[in-house]
Amino acid sequence: MTSETLPLLFPHRHLLGIKGLSPQDIVQLLDLAESEIAVSRQPEKKKSVLRGRTQINLFFEASTRTQSSFELAGKRLGADVMNMSVGNSSVKKGETLIDTAMTLNAMRPDILIIRHSSAGAAALLAQKVGCSVVNAGDGAHEHPTQALLDALTIRRAKGKVARLIVTICGDVLHSRVARSNIILLNALGARVRVVAPSTLLPSGIAHMGAEVFHKMEDGLKDADVVMMLRLQRERMAGSFVPSVREYFRYHGLDREKLKYAKPDAIVMHPGPMNRGVEIASDVADGVQSVIQEQVEMGVAVRMAVMEALLDQRRNAEGVAG
Amino acid sequence: MSTTVLHNARIVDPSRNLDEPGTLIIKNDKIVASGADARNQGMPEGATVIDCRGKAVLPGLVDARVFIGEPGAEHRETIASASHAAAAGGVTSMIMMPDTDPVIDNVALVEFVMRTARDTAVVNVHPAAAVTKGLQGEEMTEIGLLREAGAVAISEGRHSIANSQLMRRALTYARDFGVVLAHEARDPHLGITGVMNEGLYASWLGLSGAPREAEVIPLERDMRLAALTQGAYHAAQISTAMSAEVITRAKQNGLNVTSAVSINHLSLNENDIGEFRTFFRLEPPLRLEEDRLAMVEALRDGTIDIIVSAHDPQDVDTKRLPFADAAAGAIGLETLLGAALRLYHNGDVPLLRIIEAMSSAPARIFGLDAGSLRPGSAADMTIVDLDEPWVVKEEDLRSRSKNSCFEGARFQGRVVQTFVAGKSVFTL
Repeated sequence: MTSETLPLLFPHRHLLGIKGLSPQDIVQLLDLAESEIAVSRQPEKKKSVLRGRTQINLFFEASTRTQSSFELAGKRLGADVMNMSVGNSSVKKGETLIDTAMTLNAMRPDILIIRHSSAGAAALLAQKVGCSVVNAGDGAHEHPTQALLDALTIRRAKGKVARLIVTICGDVLHSRVARSNIILLNALGARVRVVAPSTLLPSGIAHMGAEVFHKMEDGLKDADVVMMLRLQRERMAGSFVPSVREYFRYHGLDREKLKYAKPDAIVMHPGPMNRGVEIASDVADGVQSVIQEQVEMGVAVRMAVMEALLDQRRNAEGVAG
Repeated sequence: MSTTVLHNARIVDPSRNLDEPGTLIIKNDKIVASGADARNQGMPEGATVIDCRGKAVLPGLVDARVFIGEPGAEHRETIASASHAAAAGGVTSMIMMPDTDPVIDNVALVEFVMRTARDTAVVNVHPAAAVTKGLQGEEMTEIGLLREAGAVAISEGRHSIANSQLMRRALTYARDFGVVLAHEARDPHLGITGVMNEGLYASWLGLSGAPREAEVIPLERDMRLAALTQGAYHAAQISTAMSAEVITRAKQNGLNVTSAVSINHLSLNENDIGEFRTFFRLEPPLRLEEDRLAMVEALRDGTIDIIVSAHDPQDVDTKRLPFADAAAGAIGLETLLGAALRLYHNGDVPLLRIIEAMSSAPARIFGLDAGSLRPGSAADMTIVDLDEPWVVKEEDLRSRSKNSCFEGARFQGRVVQTFVAGKSVFTL
């Protein structure tokens, strides 16, 4: 079914996290995203559902790929897109956030996409503005469109999400991608595992809906999906792990370790990759890798999210949640 | 000479373990009689008579941990505005933390605070002086001279002393002057990026956590140093069940150690943070419910000596930020009693113990002439309707800052009138 025949109600005004979405909400977004893929693959990559609408990308943390993905998504839906670069502002971060929010609000945008280094920043912004807000990553809290695009990639590769074994590997402690994915994958009935050195796992991880492993060989056994996380170089300075060399030895995904997963397991990475740190180049570029597919799904998912939030045929006034 | 008689009252005076119907007679700035037997002393001619209609008369509360923005951040709170908030909360004496700008680390600043308080405040304000110059944790302040100028304690305020050598010297030196060192124990490295209690909840929010051990480890160190120096040590705020155990052991070992808990840690737990509510960002952070229950029990059994408001005015510029970027702290002078009385109405802690923890106990620890209705005491008291229900509303708060953890809270027990040195300073 396509969006034209199914006037869905998406009962949310903002997308601040996967938490708060029902499994039905998630499936709706994935189905809609599926239909958006076709738009991006046709010669004239345009829809008009958001014609006349204004989208502002407010990125306090530099992220070329996520920002481009949101920009393309908005343009393909027909919206007017504006990028605000505030990452290098000398003003204190928090002050910039609220001050900028008030200024932008006065320009009457229809949707704000925000990326910020502090957890809760998107929720704070949503309280202060009159338009829809999409969280494009807030600190180590959530990155909902990444989890949605990961789910779409998995669903297209495997035909389903339920009952798959999905192993998330690496710096879960600092990862918003991991948190959003753990919530979403559990909501759709997948079996989630995490593999990481204990210093890179959050307190209480065993109660967060993931089975915990410390050796890649154990965590990857029979996995259908291997999801790698980026390791920031500054983690060495913080004594989370001693060296890149040691990290790659025990927790980097190479061909040997990948053999423990199912032969048809797919390999994912939210990007940008640190080749030779968390993932070997031959695996990243190998036949099991769906990393490029993830990028394509990113545009489709972001189109779906913005369409669901803004298309009045779906989101009748007064259904704001 | 003026005389005031509060009759038909319930006299609650923990300093004499007294809770009985009675009368209280004030001459000028002193209490001359209080209790059941005062009823027989007749009405002095020309006396102002207040019929309390059975309401409680408590000693004016003593709040041993109050942050004020004067000097340096008067837009958040002045000594005068804090004193009006205090009076509305039944607090008649407060100990002001040295975290001002400039820091209260020399005699001139102590004198400034005392002079400003005398000229502008409606309650008693006692400065606590910094332990180290500029709160830098390096050089000791002039503890003797500060004491003489009027500082009632030394404290690093929000800061914690990492240097064990310095802590030992300060405890030892302060002992010679009979000065209490009030200290909030916080490890300088462990959990230092933490903005809330470490655990599952912080993990879901993606916030950096401070483990409970970050409080307990330096507190254990301080107990060793208190034993070594025989100095007077006051744990300015404890928040974990483990910390209460440490204090219990120290007291069993006969150390000169006392401890405090904030009303926030007696009333709230980490779940109150909800979705990044920055008014609930506190230092130490709100802990688990089991820690809160341990705080209540430790208060009941006397392990924790006193309750403080930890009043810490913060403004939009420091609170309307993402959680991790927001300043810690909450105001509390006006809600201290109402929140504490919940423990009484719930049956968790007896009334006399609760009031003692906010009156005679802090007065004893810091050597103040306060916190008692005994004849001869300063006439600082508050009339409280222990049963009246009320709702905390932002617009009613007298503090210049509105960062309350109790906005919208329903309390039972409300301050009706407050007296300082025999003069009415607040009437509902």
